[in-house]
Amino acid sequence: MSLKHDIEFALNGVRKRVAVDVTMTALDMLRDVVGLTGTKYGCGEGECGACTIRVDGQTVNACLMFAVACDGHDIVTIEGLAADPKADALREAFVEHGAVQCGFCTPGMVVQAAHILETNPNADAATIKRGLEGNLCRCTGYKKIVDAVESACCGGR
Amino acid sequence: MTTIERYAAPKSLDEALGILQQGEVTILAGGTDLMPQTRAGRIAFKPTLMNIRDVAGLSGVVLDGDALRIGALTTITEVLDDPLVKEFVPVLAEACDHFASDQIRNAGTIGGNINNASPAGDTLVPLIVLDAEVELASKPNGSVTTRCMPLAEYFTGPGRTRRAAGELLTAVRIPLPKPGHVARFYKFGTRPALDISTISIGIAGVMRDGALSDTRVAFGAVAPTPVRAKQTEAALEGRRLDQSTIEAAANAARDEVNPIDDVRATAWYRKELIHNMTKRMLDHVAQA
Repeated sequence: MSLKHDIEFALNGVRKRVAVDVTMTALDMLRDVVGLTGTKYGCGEGECGACTIRVDGQTVNACLMFAVACDGHDIVTIEGLAADPKADALREAFVEHGAVQCGFCTPGMVVQAAHILETNPNADAATIKRGLEGNLCRCTGYKKIVDAVESACCGGR
Repeated sequence: MTTIERYAAPKSLDEALGILQQGEVTILAGGTDLMPQTRAGRIAFKPTLMNIRDVAGLSGVVLDGDALRIGALTTITEVLDDPLVKEFVPVLAEACDHFASDQIRNAGTIGGNINNASPAGDTLVPLIVLDAEVELASKPNGSVTTRCMPLAEYFTGPGRTRRAAGELLTAVRIPLPKPGHVARFYKFGTRPALDISTISIGIAGVMRDGALSDTRVAFGAVAPTPVRAKQTEAALEGRRLDQSTIEAAANAARDEVNPIDDVRATAWYRKELIHNMTKRMLDHVAQA
């Protein structure tokens, strides 16, 4: 039997209390315990960014984070961004620019892109590319994604 | 199989040191190394898992006398963005800029990068050439004591350090560079992001009248630990930094490293990289 621990945290603005195995990843907790499957499992070792979430405003790979470390912190997932009017321009830009093909990388891309734009509202293409270094996409060749994020800068320009 | 019997998330250093004193503990900070390494079976959990992420007072960069003190829980992003780091030790910010990805820099801590003790750890080579020291705290008999050790002497093998079981790395201290100090860092990988170094090189010293003194050279990913290159340093120390000195130093560098073949490069290629890039870096120092 593995050890369980009770944790309590804000998930997309709502208090959540769950019991998790102490070695469980934050990703498995979100998908399997809480049931939010927008955050994807890609590589499981921090290379692909499909599991990107925000913790206290900073983006991290949920596959590298211990679920117990969520205790007392503020977690935002793609489901939180989907309900956030501030992310409307970014979501629409992904659609308009064809930045979504198979869609598997998209939740991580959008969460990371939202973080880039919040940290640097005037981000240029080079800054966006650097910011997305930890997110892999095997379909688009990245150009459409970078274009989408750039067009969402300052709510579109 | 996990054998964890206890999970602890102390909020104070005193509490954390007390837990370390009670038995075998796996320390969790950012988790970016611990999670994949335990999943892959390369590290086994000890009976207590202690998450130090929420211990107060262990993060941030401050000027402390004639040193810069970086708390162990300072994330790589925080080091990268810190104005004191940029002002006094920009070479460390440069190394942090080459570190993994934004997501990993946001989670990973400088103390974690040090204690993971990878021969290819990105911050280790610049910290060694900056004469950094680690600050280790423990509470052996009820009161907190601290000792410092040069980072260059801290590593004993891949994943192994001189940290005692009851000790917690609380900070890394970097002496403020003297006037005329130069420091360079180079990391070779196949892409800028998320790459583990094939080799890395740090060079530092005080440049005066065309010669380097207090010369420090360190290499990453060419030995079981990051290493000081004492023969390369000796080939440079006090000598006019001209083409013959640079060539002698680059040769000394190639001769004194003893790398292995692995998935990232052959030993031969690593030695060539060490020679050629040491030479290029010294050329740049000489021309600056």
